[in-house]
Order: sequence, then structure tokens, then C-alpha cells
Amino acid sequence: MSDQAVVAPAHAPHEAHHHEEMGFWRKYVFSVDHKVIGIQYGVTGLLFLFFGFSLMMLMRWQLAYPGAALPALGRLIGESRMPGGTIVPEFYNELGAMHGTIMVFLGVVPLAVGGFGNFVLPLQIGAPDMAFPKLNMASYWFFFLGGVTMLASFTAPGGAAQSGWTSYTPLSVIAGQGQTWWLVGMIFLITSSLLGAVNFITTTIQLRAKGLTFMRFPFFVWAQFVTAFLLLLAFPPLEAAGVMQLMDRIAGTSFFLPSGLVVSGQVIHNAGGGNPLLWQHLFWFLAHPEVYVLILPAMGIVAEVIANNTRKPLWGYRTMVYSVIFLGFMSFIVWAHHMFMTGMGTAMAAFFQTTTMIISIPSVAILTSLIISLWGGSIRFNTPMLFALAFLPMFGIGGLTGLPLGLNVADIPLHDTYYVIAHFHYVVAPGTIFALFAGIYYWFPKATGRKMNEMLGVIHFAGSFVCMNVIFMPMFLVGLAGVSRRLWDGGATYAFSQPVLHLNVVSSWGAWTLAIFQIPFIFNFFWSIWKGEQTDANPWQATTLEWAAPSPPPHGNFLVAPEVHRGPYEYSVTGAARDFVPQSEA
Amino acid sequence: MDIPYAVEVRRDTGLTNGKIGIWLFLASEVMLFGALFASYILIRTGAPSWPRGDTILSVPMATFNTLVLISSSVTMVMAWASLKRHRFETFRMYMGVTILLGLVFLVVKYFEYSEHIHAGEVPSHSNFLAIYYTLTGLHMLHVAGGMAVNAYFWGPGAKLWKTNPEWFTNRVEHSGLFWHFVDLVWIFLFPTLYLL
Repeated sequence: MSDQAVVAPAHAPHEAHHHEEMGFWRKYVFSVDHKVIGIQYGVTGLLFLFFGFSLMMLMRWQLAYPGAALPALGRLIGESRMPGGTIVPEFYNELGAMHGTIMVFLGVVPLAVGGFGNFVLPLQIGAPDMAFPKLNMASYWFFFLGGVTMLASFTAPGGAAQSGWTSYTPLSVIAGQGQTWWLVGMIFLITSSLLGAVNFITTTIQLRAKGLTFMRFPFFVWAQFVTAFLLLLAFPPLEAAGVMQLMDRIAGTSFFLPSGLVVSGQVIHNAGGGNPLLWQHLFWFLAHPEVYVLILPAMGIVAEVIANNTRKPLWGYRTMVYSVIFLGFMSFIVWAHHMFMTGMGTAMAAFFQTTTMIISIPSVAILTSLIISLWGGSIRFNTPMLFALAFLPMFGIGGLTGLPLGLNVADIPLHDTYYVIAHFHYVVAPGTIFALFAGIYYWFPKATGRKMNEMLGVIHFAGSFVCMNVIFMPMFLVGLAGVSRRLWDGGATYAFSQPVLHLNVVSSWGAWTLAIFQIPFIFNFFWSIWKGEQTDANPWQATTLEWAAPSPPPHGNFLVAPEVHRGPYEYSVTGAARDFVPQSEA
Repeated sequence: MDIPYAVEVRRDTGLTNGKIGIWLFLASEVMLFGALFASYILIRTGAPSWPRGDTILSVPMATFNTLVLISSSVTMVMAWASLKRHRFETFRMYMGVTILLGLVFLVVKYFEYSEHIHAGEVPSHSNFLAIYYTLTGLHMLHVAGGMAVNAYFWGPGAKLWKTNPEWFTNRVEHSGLFWHFVDLVWIFLFPTLYLL
């Protein structure tokens, strides 16, 4: 390492003076401080998670009691969508498409990458801020515009997008105006994630503290670093596809429309010659890496919390790092395992099922390392640790049930059934979202200087843990019975689904109860900002650099530029004075 | 607050933040245009017949535009090199020419477009025209974006030269990298659409 100072000499004198007396707007709204932007992303992401969850709770009513009028609430939605309180199929499709879109693109990713990445990553590498603070701000506001566009699309004639979060063509091309809004919203979100990804990679490479080599990174930094590459390289093809779908919808081109397409008995008059499968390829070229965008930051958070609360170094840190890099690379060549049903040749199917089996190896390596890390630790069962511990089996179930879907032959009967829904929700809901909760409880003291209440945290955890399984475990059975996803009546019209229909009711009550168990969290979150137990800079006695900064860190983060002398997880070192040795300790 | 390595090079990476940033951005641009080129190949190979570009499009106009863009890349380098030699007025001249050449490209493109549109050759006419308008349209947006950034450095952004010439020179270099990329995309577009 060089011997240059970590904090650079002043080069922008016109900026150096006035950050002390910034007004309200510059400080909290149009801020360039990575911590404020991280909190903006996080809070907006949480709001969207709640909104997306609310859409799902409406859908669950229709699935549990098809065609029944929803008491009281049903009247508020309006006659066009819920006449007499009953959900019409078009509205159900709106809810489904927007639930998926909002949860993935406006909820989980903004919270996991925009929120935790922005807030924690620069602190963990000892940087004063992101490399491009203004781009960082622009990234948030593009995301915000994308979110507003998506919300506004509910007011479009014919309602919001109804073609699923995947927007498969040609259905989406001939769909109502909401789909155009969806595409415009997606282009905003893609721009936002592009700016974010460039910033994250540059920051990680350039702004590391003195002495912080790559193999001294906390695992969270590695996870965010790989995630940023996925966002950088996988999103542009979806942008290209989005532009082509916009052309199809607005300029009347036929990129995704085949010749002689018949809709409702009418032949569509268009140039034809397009390829509907092209959309699927471009979409999944993004959306499979996107799955890892959802899961890698979660793994990063869980790794931090586990190392801290077992008071042990992570087992197999190097293996985990190499696994996450390999996983990032492989995630670009597995996308067509979402398309086994499209009639691709056996050679292609064999290729993609092989790569899919290969990519499960690094995932299993990371999960196994995390589980072995628990061995022999003196575990502190605080709220972040409870969520992190629950992540392991929940993500395990989600991952392992994915293996049959990755095999061509097994996928054919399971494709588009509730089995798939159960599989990926186990990965994302009790998997990623639990890890995000762990992160919120874990870094809350860093952001506010106060801890969240443990008692409320445990109630939140226990209730959510039970409810998540009540929701999703029955879906495996529903799916194995052959019930398809995206059915307005949850399969009630089919004879074969009769024996499992009662499970829809179980899942629905699980979902509504889950909502009740979020109340302690919401209360705890706001109450603790002002009334929580005050803490010092390092309440968890952690080793990584973010805990060397004051809580909350000021603009510019560190009072003295930190220097790194050791690896990220030196817990319970023999001969050390305490059971943790911070990275910055000489 | 100042961000380290905005101007000076970090010794162990040998790079400034902006240099990494622009290359990462270009990597994502490669994926964007790569996806469109891939789509072009898929649609063309799936089509029962496909017109040769020169039966519909004007090769002379595109050849002229190719020369214009290549020249603008040369003047862009000259603009940057002038800053390296601390000749600010020469920089201004070359940067001005770069912007004007970009403008010439757009004007020629405007005549091409309007000719086709008047002849009824709109995007919905055929998939050849659909991909032609999409690719060249997106490319034109990039040309316009590059011109806007260059115009900023020619005009108000040039203030930075007085306070921090090194930073300004770096910025012009990054803008130049983008401009060369835009040029390079056209060099792929021209044979693909007009000649093949």
C-alpha cells in the first residue's frame, strides 16, 4: 500500500465552505450525503414493500374466497375495480403485476442495495462518502420518479400494467395504456440502478481506507460489489427490450409481434415477423441476475450479523468470497431455465440445466459456511441474530426447492404452478426480507445513535417467522397438486384443485396475520428514533469500520481517517484484551 | 467535503474515480447496444426475407456521416491534447469543431429520416425499418447527449480550467471516451444497416 493520506487535499474550494450551513432541503431532501440518501432509499423502499404487501393482501382475499364481496374495504376501491366489493379479473391482474414489480424493483432492491449499500458500504470501507455524491443523489431521484410513475399508472385508462411483472409479449404489447407507463417507469428505474452501480464499484475500488485490501473486506462489501456488477451489466438488455416494447406499443413496430397474430378473433394488422420469445430472453437475461441482486446483499447482511453475534470469525471467508464472485459470473448464463416450456431444443435445455446445477454449488458453499460459522460460537440471541438465523433454513428451503425447477424434465409439470411461487417467495420473503430486517435492527444504532426495542423485536420476529411459513408452506402442496399461478379464482373452477383449495384460506389468513405482526416493527421503528435506548458508537462490539465512526456519523463520516490493520472478523482472538479487535485498531 | 482521487491518481489502482466511472458506464452501454444488435440478428435470421440496406437507405449520406463522426473523434482528441499542452484557446477551437461536426451528423440524419417518412417508410412499415429507426434513434440520442456534455465543457464548464486545470483536463478526457464510443457504435451500425 502507498503511504498517501486517505483523505485527499482540498481541491474543490467552492464546495468546502457551505456544507455546514445547509438548509433543510439540501440536508434532508436533495442531499448528496450517502447516509441521507441511504436512509431515503431505505424508507422509500420500506413504504413500497408495505404498499406491495397491501396489494397482495387484497389478492389473498380473492384467492381464499373467490367472488365473495370484501366487507367494508371493498367499497373504497371503486365500482370499476371492485363492483359490490368483488375483485374483477382485470383488477386481480393489475394487483398481481404490480405486486411483483413493486416488491422487486421498488421494495427489496432499493432497500437492500440503495438503502444498505449506500448507508453501510462507504462506512465499512472507511470512505468519507461515495465517489460521485451528485450521481448518488440523481440515482435516488430517478428511482423516485420511477416509483411515482408506477404508482401513477394505477390512474391510467384501463388501470396499471396487467401482464405480470415479467410483461411477456405479445400480451403486454396489446395490453392497455398502463403497460406504457410501466415501461417508462422501468426506464427510470434502470437509469437509477445504472448510476448506483457505477458509483458502488468506483467507490469500492477507489475509496478504500489505507490498509484495506480486498481480502480484508467485510463480506457485505463483497456482496454489494458483485451485486453492482450484476446491475451494471444485466439491466441494459432489459432497457433495450423496454425500448423495443415501447416502439411496438407506440410506433406500431413488430419486434415482438408474430405475423398473423389473432386477438379476440381479429387478425392484428401489423408488419409482423417479430419474435415473442425475444422478449423472454432479454427479460430473463436481466431477471435472473436480478434474483442474485435480491439475495447477495441479504447474504452479506447475514454474514455480518452472524460473525458479530457468534463472536467468531466467519468460517471459510475466502471460500465465500470466491463463491460470490463465481456466482455473479454464472448468474449471466442460466437465464433460459425460466423458459424450458418455450420449446427450446434439448441441446439448449441441457446447457441451461447444467449451468443451473453448477450455480447452486457456490450458493450452497456460502450457506454452508454461514451454518458452520455457528459451530462452537457463544451465540447472542438478539433480534438481528434471530432474523439472521431464520434466514439460513428459510433460504435453504427456497434454494433447495429450486433444484427441481432447474431440471428440464422436473420443471415441465411444476412450471407456472404455485410450487414456483412458494419456491421463490421462500428465497425472497422469509429469506431476503428477514435478512433486511436483521440489517435494520443491526445498523439502526449506527444511523440514529439509539437501539430498537428488543422485546418488540422478538415479537416481530416470532410472529413473522410463523406467519411466513403458514403462508408459503401450503403453496408447495397447492402447486404439487397442479394449480397454476395467476388464476383469478385460485383454481376453484378445476376439479383437480378441489382437495387443496382449503390451503388457499390458510395462506391468506397467514398473510393477514403477518400484517398484524408488522405493527410492532413499525411502532418500534419510529418510537426508537426518539425514545430508544441510547448507545455508544459500537453497541454490538463489532470489528468492522462502520463502528469506528460516531453514531450517527457526521457528513464526511470519520473524525480521523481510519487505517486498517487486520481482517474483518477478529473475534475472540487468543491473547487479546477483549473478545473483539476492530479492524482500525493498530 | 472532498472526495479523494477525484483529481489525483490513487497509487495502487493507478486511476482516478472518473476514469473508472466512465469505463464502467461504457461497459453498460456495450450491453445496451449489444442486446439491440443481438435482437437484430435474431429477427433477421428468423425473417423469410430481408432487404439489403442499400436498396432502402442512402449509402452516400451515411458514408458522409461516417467521415463526419470519425473527423469529430480526431478533433476531440486534439481538444484534449491542447489542454495537456495548456493551450486553452486551441482547446476551445477544436472542441467547437467537434460540437459542430456532431451537429452536421444530426442534420444529415434529419434529412435521411424526413425523406423516409415522406415516402411512407415509417417504423411500422417493416421490421427492417423498425430496427433501423430504433438503433439509429438511440444512437442519435447518444450523439446529442455527447454534444450537450461537450458544449458544457466548451461553455460554462470551462470555468474549472482556471481553478483546477488538471481536473478539467480529466473531465474532457472522459467526455472524449464517451464520444469515441458513440463514434464506434456508428462504425458498427453503418455496415450492419446500410451495407449488409
